Amino acid sequence: MAAKKDSAGRPVVVVTGMGIVTSLGTGKDENWARLTGGVSGIRNITRFPTDGLRTRFAGTVDFVPLNDWSTPALSERLAQIAAEEALAESGIGIRGDFPGPLFLAVPPIELEWPQRLKLAQVGADGDDTLTYQHALAAARTGQFKSYHERFMFMSVADHLAEQFGTKGSPISLSTACASGATAIQLGVEAIRRGETDAALCIGSDGSVNPEALIRFQLLSALSMSTEPPEQASKPFSKNRDGFVMAEGSAALVLESLDGAKARGAKILGVLEGCGEMTDAFHRTRSSPDGKPIVGCINSAIADAGLSPDDIDHINAHGTSTPENDKMESLGVITVFGERATQIPISSNKSMIGHTLSAAGAIEAVVSLMTLQNQRIPPTINHRVPDPAIPLDVVPNEARDARVTHVISNSFGFGGQNVSLVMGGEPQ
Amino acid sequence: MADQAREAWITGIGIVSCLGEGPDAHWKALQEARPAADDQTQAPYLIHPVDGLDYDKQIPKKGDQRQMEPWQRIGTYAAGLALESAGVKGNTSILSRMDMIVAAGGGERDQAVDSAIMTGMPKAPEPEAFLNERLTSDLRPTLFLAQLSNLLAGNISIVHGVTGSSRTFMGEESSGVNALRIALARIQAGQSDIGLVGGSYNADRPDLLMLYEFAGHALKAPFAPVWERKDRSGFALGSMGAFLIIEAREHAQARGAVPIARLTATLADNARRQNPGAIKDSLERMWATLPAPLLPDRHVIISGATGAAPATAEERDFLSNHRDVAVRATGTYLGHGVEPQFLMNVALAAVAVNRGELFPPCDTTGVERPFSGSIAQAIVTGVGHWRGEGLALVEAVS
Repeated sequence: MAAKKDSAGRPVVVVTGMGIVTSLGTGKDENWARLTGGVSGIRNITRFPTDGLRTRFAGTVDFVPLNDWSTPALSERLAQIAAEEALAESGIGIRGDFPGPLFLAVPPIELEWPQRLKLAQVGADGDDTLTYQHALAAARTGQFKSYHERFMFMSVADHLAEQFGTKGSPISLSTACASGATAIQLGVEAIRRGETDAALCIGSDGSVNPEALIRFQLLSALSMSTEPPEQASKPFSKNRDGFVMAEGSAALVLESLDGAKARGAKILGVLEGCGEMTDAFHRTRSSPDGKPIVGCINSAIADAGLSPDDIDHINAHGTSTPENDKMESLGVITVFGERATQIPISSNKSMIGHTLSAAGAIEAVVSLMTLQNQRIPPTINHRVPDPAIPLDVVPNEARDARVTHVISNSFGFGGQNVSLVMGGEPQ
Repeated sequence: MADQAREAWITGIGIVSCLGEGPDAHWKALQEARPAADDQTQAPYLIHPVDGLDYDKQIPKKGDQRQMEPWQRIGTYAAGLALESAGVKGNTSILSRMDMIVAAGGGERDQAVDSAIMTGMPKAPEPEAFLNERLTSDLRPTLFLAQLSNLLAGNISIVHGVTGSSRTFMGEESSGVNALRIALARIQAGQSDIGLVGGSYNADRPDLLMLYEFAGHALKAPFAPVWERKDRSGFALGSMGAFLIIEAREHAQARGAVPIARLTATLADNARRQNPGAIKDSLERMWATLPAPLLPDRHVIISGATGAAPATAEERDFLSNHRDVAVRATGTYLGHGVEPQFLMNVALAAVAVNRGELFPPCDTTGVERPFSGSIAQAIVTGVGHWRGEGLALVEAVS
């Protein structure tokens, strides 16, 4: 049998398993029901006191039990939940022996305040003013050896690689808010190179803690909405005022079409194309001409061997910040021209919030579910349309539609732009 | 199947460390064989700081410099050197399709703000509210970006205009190995023509040194070469920046670029280190799969040994199986820069094969022995202090 190649002569990359956990719940069924039901997962933060904070809500995942809460611990747990669902659906390999590499999008890891305070107290030695020298003195005692492993950047990927038995050296990566899409892109490239027949690609983020929230607040990136929390994320609305931090994870099992067919796997969709283009304009803002966004979208469509006319749905980055939504709209209008206003563009972040490192992977899974169900989740909270954004944002209610090729956009701080094009099962 | 793998050349090197700036300064210092570490700045710990960089030379806007913590400045500076070395600095048509992979850590803290919170929070009537209030009013808004992992790449895009693609790998030592491995694989497979790969580290940080001291890895004075730390294992953190331009041979030839060396292979592993010998076995497995024949008496090993236990002891066991090959551990001079360490050693290996010579040994335990032959190949080892094994083969382009 001839190997299945795409229009560029490369192995076709398909998805055979998907898993997802967000503030809306665990698993594809629960998430899909709520996404198409227009339900918001954003609520007031109860994980820690929010006194003195301007933003007091987020899309936290609080229903997952965890003993020692930390960003890496929750990110790891969420990734496990998503990966278990994806592997069960895919049926690939045997438990604990995945036949390919791991690409993990994960938040940068740092020691956090509970640990820092404990160290300073243990090392205080009666001193009144505490510094890192006191914390270091505590570190020297050897009592805190477990912090080493927990707060290594490698730890989450290492633990997942061990649990799922992925092959080779796992890659943890960050391209800021595009990380989840980059993880998928790395998997696609590895399969296209013929290095592997399968890859496990995961995006995960469990980083809602006081300092992370304050950092985004200081950059004026977060919504400070005084409306009920579930109404705070309002992408493409005129009164949008920032994104809402959120947590979650999604995992995808990628395989070559040949490999998937050979083992009789059900094919959930095709990763048709990946595109990227870096924006060198500013650390947090897009180039005013939108060229990097346009270039990114165009390169993903070209990589898929398609033209803009073939795209019939856009899963937006749609963060609900004034800047992103304006620039994404400009990019879409530039690429799709007159058709732009007819292509439904929907922001999952209106319901899930912005899951940062996980967003690209979560939105890829939602895009694939959109293809499978031929139904588009809405952009909720769209009550005040922005006349500067003349797009069909699928306002407030899900819609049945014929969807053959979806593009999912991810744009992040540091000029990171990645777009993925996905389609249904190949004929 | 894919066509035969394309050949990849190293056409640019940008390195800075305690040994100085650029390949020549590094080679001269290695030839002098007088390692030194700073035992004052982070006493009782040893570090290898980087001094005297004139950042204006590579980061002309002061505004850009102010947006970076030192590790980003060191890295952006070294990236500029690499672009210059390859002759592509300012060449927008090449930079706009250059693929960048950065190996990064991050997480630098504002020590004064943290100290005030460590001191005040336990005494505050409402500790959590105190934390929220202090962080909100005392943190510099720009600190987040200055310590954020992917913003080294972001700064390189802004300052040097590298915009083809930008990916940041995290994961301590293995991030550097994987950055090079993926960049090379993409070039060999025709997915990329030219890439900028590198990383940087600032060792002068008690908050980051602490991460390694949790497990007892931070080396205290007095200084000893990496192989001579038998009873006092550990590493002296080293500030450094190391960037390489990796380029498809035909792409380099088309623009008349001169190769420094050929990057023949980069291999990565993640041995489960539960049993003694796992690291040694991993290195042996990778050694056995090196894709080019090793030339008798013309290949050497540039070891990335850190001094960490038990990783360095296991690497020593591996090396004792290859006693016919001359070994040099650069960590004695450079200290340990974690993410960029492997890339720095690949850069130094490229310099060695380009010159056809090795620098003198710095070890009394017998791992490093004098060698005065002419070399054409260097194998670089990278053994993470906790996880991650890597091997690269760098060859002279004849």
